[in-house]
Amino acid sequence: MGVEYLYPEFEVIRNESRCIACGVCVRQCANEVHAFLGGTQTILSDDAKCVNCQRCVSLCPTHALKIVKSDCRLRENANWDNDTIREIYKQANSGGVLLSSMGNPKPLPVYWDKILINASQVTNPPIDPLREPMETRVFLGKRPQKAERDADGKLCCSLPPMLELSMPVLFSAMSYGSISYNAHASLARAAKALGIYYNTGEGGLHEDFYVYGDNTIVQVASGRFGVHENYLEAAKAIEIKMGQGAKPGIGGHLPGAKIVGDVSRTRMIPEGSDAISPAPHHDIYSIEDLRQLVYSLKEATNYKKPIIVKVAAVHNIAAIASGIARSGADIIAIDGFRGGTGAAPTRIRDNVGIPIELALAAVDQRLRDEGIRNDVSLIVGGSVRSASDVVKAIALGADACYIATAALLALGCHLCRTCQTGKCNWGIATQNPELVRRLNPDVGSERLIRLMTAWRHEIKELMGGMGINSVEALRGNRLMLRGIGLTEKELEILGIAHAGE
Amino acid sequence: MKRIYVNEAWCLGCRLCEYNCAFANSGMQDMASALKGKPIFPRIHIEQANAITFAVSCRHCTDPICVKSCIAGAIRKTDGVVQIDQTKCVGCLTCVLVCPYGALAPNENGVMQKCELCLRNACGEPACVKGCPNRAIVYEEREADA
Amino acid sequence: MNEYVIIGNGVAAAGCIEGIRSADADGRITVISKETHPVYCRPLISYYLEGKTDLARMPYRDADFYEKNGCRVLYGRTAEQADAANRTVTLDDGTVLPYTSVCIATGSAPFVPPIAGLDTVPVACTFMTLDDALALEQATQTPRHVLIIGAGLIGLKCAEGLHGRAASITVCDLADHVLPSILDADSASVLQTHLEQNGIQFRLSDTVECFCGNTAHMRSGETIRFDVLVLAVGVRANAALAKDCGCETNRGILVDVSMETTVSGIYAAGDCTEGTDISAGQKRVLAILPNAYMQGFAAGMNMAGAEASFDNAIPMNAIGFFGLHTMTAGTYDGEVYTEETETSRKKLYTKDGLLKGFILIGDTTRAGLYTALIRNRTPLDSFDFDTMKKTATFASLSADMRKRCFGGVV
Repeated sequence: MGVEYLYPEFEVIRNESRCIACGVCVRQCANEVHAFLGGTQTILSDDAKCVNCQRCVSLCPTHALKIVKSDCRLRENANWDNDTIREIYKQANSGGVLLSSMGNPKPLPVYWDKILINASQVTNPPIDPLREPMETRVFLGKRPQKAERDADGKLCCSLPPMLELSMPVLFSAMSYGSISYNAHASLARAAKALGIYYNTGEGGLHEDFYVYGDNTIVQVASGRFGVHENYLEAAKAIEIKMGQGAKPGIGGHLPGAKIVGDVSRTRMIPEGSDAISPAPHHDIYSIEDLRQLVYSLKEATNYKKPIIVKVAAVHNIAAIASGIARSGADIIAIDGFRGGTGAAPTRIRDNVGIPIELALAAVDQRLRDEGIRNDVSLIVGGSVRSASDVVKAIALGADACYIATAALLALGCHLCRTCQTGKCNWGIATQNPELVRRLNPDVGSERLIRLMTAWRHEIKELMGGMGINSVEALRGNRLMLRGIGLTEKELEILGIAHAGE
Repeated sequence: MKRIYVNEAWCLGCRLCEYNCAFANSGMQDMASALKGKPIFPRIHIEQANAITFAVSCRHCTDPICVKSCIAGAIRKTDGVVQIDQTKCVGCLTCVLVCPYGALAPNENGVMQKCELCLRNACGEPACVKGCPNRAIVYEEREADA
Repeated sequence: MNEYVIIGNGVAAAGCIEGIRSADADGRITVISKETHPVYCRPLISYYLEGKTDLARMPYRDADFYEKNGCRVLYGRTAEQADAANRTVTLDDGTVLPYTSVCIATGSAPFVPPIAGLDTVPVACTFMTLDDALALEQATQTPRHVLIIGAGLIGLKCAEGLHGRAASITVCDLADHVLPSILDADSASVLQTHLEQNGIQFRLSDTVECFCGNTAHMRSGETIRFDVLVLAVGVRANAALAKDCGCETNRGILVDVSMETTVSGIYAAGDCTEGTDISAGQKRVLAILPNAYMQGFAAGMNMAGAEASFDNAIPMNAIGFFGLHTMTAGTYDGEVYTEETETSRKKLYTKDGLLKGFILIGDTTRAGLYTALIRNRTPLDSFDFDTMKKTATFASLSADMRKRCFGGVV
């Protein structure tokens, strides 16, 4: 109270004429916002506890609820805005690092929205994807530089290991622990049904999900949690996580409270112990060190699995990517600064790293310039929000896109950005069994499949409009893109012309 | 024969099924006006103990004992659906005494009611299934266990 | 073609018809109906008096029931004798019906005690058939003082039925509490209080010594003036016909689980029989409706050559008076778990690791779960009976069992 009091950020508005006091809101809010007023049929809502996850709004059978942003705000100040001042208050109250979840919400440029896609008119006909074949399949991995023949003149067909995707999208790394068993089950099932991949993150692979191995990418990160022979064997590809777009330069910390039961067993650490992933890999201080780990993993899996190295998009990303390409990695994954997270220090999330669009363009250009672009495939992530973002990314030079936030939204996430509390009302970012059961993987996987199916249709439509009939043919085709409202420098980095040019 | 099946692994105990049921059988157009300010008499009910919740409604048994026990001959099984002729029911509750699922209960007037799969109300398909937010209740064809 | 003869036209007969037809679509069925009404349920007659049902709604089955099932119904006829050797039934009008198999579903008849001066009572009724109810309806066109002898199920339901029509209702019984056949004295007191609050007067542990016109002289010395007398002291199984043709009888016709009597080809079902009460493990007359139907159905199937057995009969009753519901089942044997309030009772009787019986007054929600435990002889150590005791809920059963019940075809 007093100086410590912060007026609630949201207000729950109950339309009393529609509320039938069924109590669904009371039972469904893990934050205990709603409660029956002692022994009566009146429900009161405590705005202070509301995180605006909209669970109650969505489930209220009479649509009697809405949640609005509070209009009790501090005096307007373009420099000291409301949120900035509230953060000061929170830190003055707590003395702690501010924590946030999901991606950077700040109004920084979204280059996807400043890039426009071309379409064919007159001189080169567009393709109707409903009438003509349209290929969305892509392969990720090293591509041989040239065809080789053996002593008898026969073509050598042994290609390096590759990932085959039915469409250029993968579900990116989210660990079991940061998200729930049912969220993982949904992702795994959908990946299998779609012919794409999901990624375990650094949480190990739950024994129940080994059956989805052919659609699984397993991660080896700085904490090495959950890594063992069968884990590596189970997967179709192995990803070394060097960094994450939401929090470049720092590690991870899953509190001991969440290391219970299956999570503990899957991570191979004792129940109740904090799972701390160090900021660096303590055995990697150079590209040469990285190469050792890449080859250790290849050696361990008989060179049968492509190795992905995932890094956050940071300032000198092009040089870093060049190094990674030379380390022997098959695929580079770059995560932009708008990428999501289950928990990150707010300052880091909001201020560290660079946009994926710029990073991608820079990396693709650098690898081409160095003649090593075909040595690696590029996967980009960090807020790919739609099929058009995917198409733009491909045209900028990506081989495929990682999506996570979009996938979570399909699962029910309402982007309230309070994953760090572990009280996810949608059963996604929680380990509380009562909450986890709210996500039925039958429903979750279907919704993911529908989302990806829709995107695939849209990708085909967009490609068809450009007169392009395969993703392979679109890749790096920056002529298909134009910038809008961008500076010369931005256009230069993106390698695209301005609209009208 | 399609029937309602429940998977307690996905039941959240939110009780939406009870309210959707009561509304579907209210004959009214709007849930708020149908249910506001009165006790509801749904034909499906949530049972709860510790961490378990699950919905219980008529199983439309292959060999329904309620049909055999109704003193008024008011309960019949027609096309796989056990139905009550409420005009014949005298409210003796013999069906409550014999139903091994506890699936019958009186309505606000003491006349027995039970799940009739919403086939005769405006919903046309089980409202509990339609409204279940987590697909814990499904309406489908299943084979009898061997 | 098989010739089926069903003697009687109550619910057991209806069950028998449906049982036969489930196995034999063609055989000829002849129903001998003493009453001139199509099948109706006897317990409905009190609801008829009460106005909760009427003659149009009372029939147990649709109007085309007999026709659809290919039955010939001989209304107003009784079977005089059955000849097991020649497989014939002879009716009161001399008709001889041959049969392949016969089902005796003659029900029971009210027992009329030999009370002195009974013949001087101007209006005396029993309360068993629709005709009895119609007679009582006639007799109470204007509010009358009613004396009911017998505080059993029939007497009390009659009292409730007449409640809105009578000037006063007095029920007497030699027993010291109401519903002596299904309730203990403690539970009965809850019910009695409720009935008294609704205006029914009781004279218990007392009986009529003699009648003198409209006056009953009680053993206690009291005299009770009345206009209408109802005799509801009990019923007797109509077993004479079966006995005469060689079937073993006790208080009812003895049947096995296939509902066959001790004479081949002769089956029996309903209130006239004596079958095994599995809750008590002994033979007794279980004159209750669900059993009648199920016995009839099993008898019918067996008569038609299919195999069926009815082997989990227990006594059970659901009976409500003025909104207060009572349910009982099984036998009151063994250890008892009790919950009570001023207006309710819950008593569960357990023995040998099984639920044997219960009495519920007031809250009867999901009572069928308890009934099923008795009927299925579910071992109490196979689930959480401590929870089940307090609330009849599937939550007390195992997840597997719930999965079977709610995720499978049952």
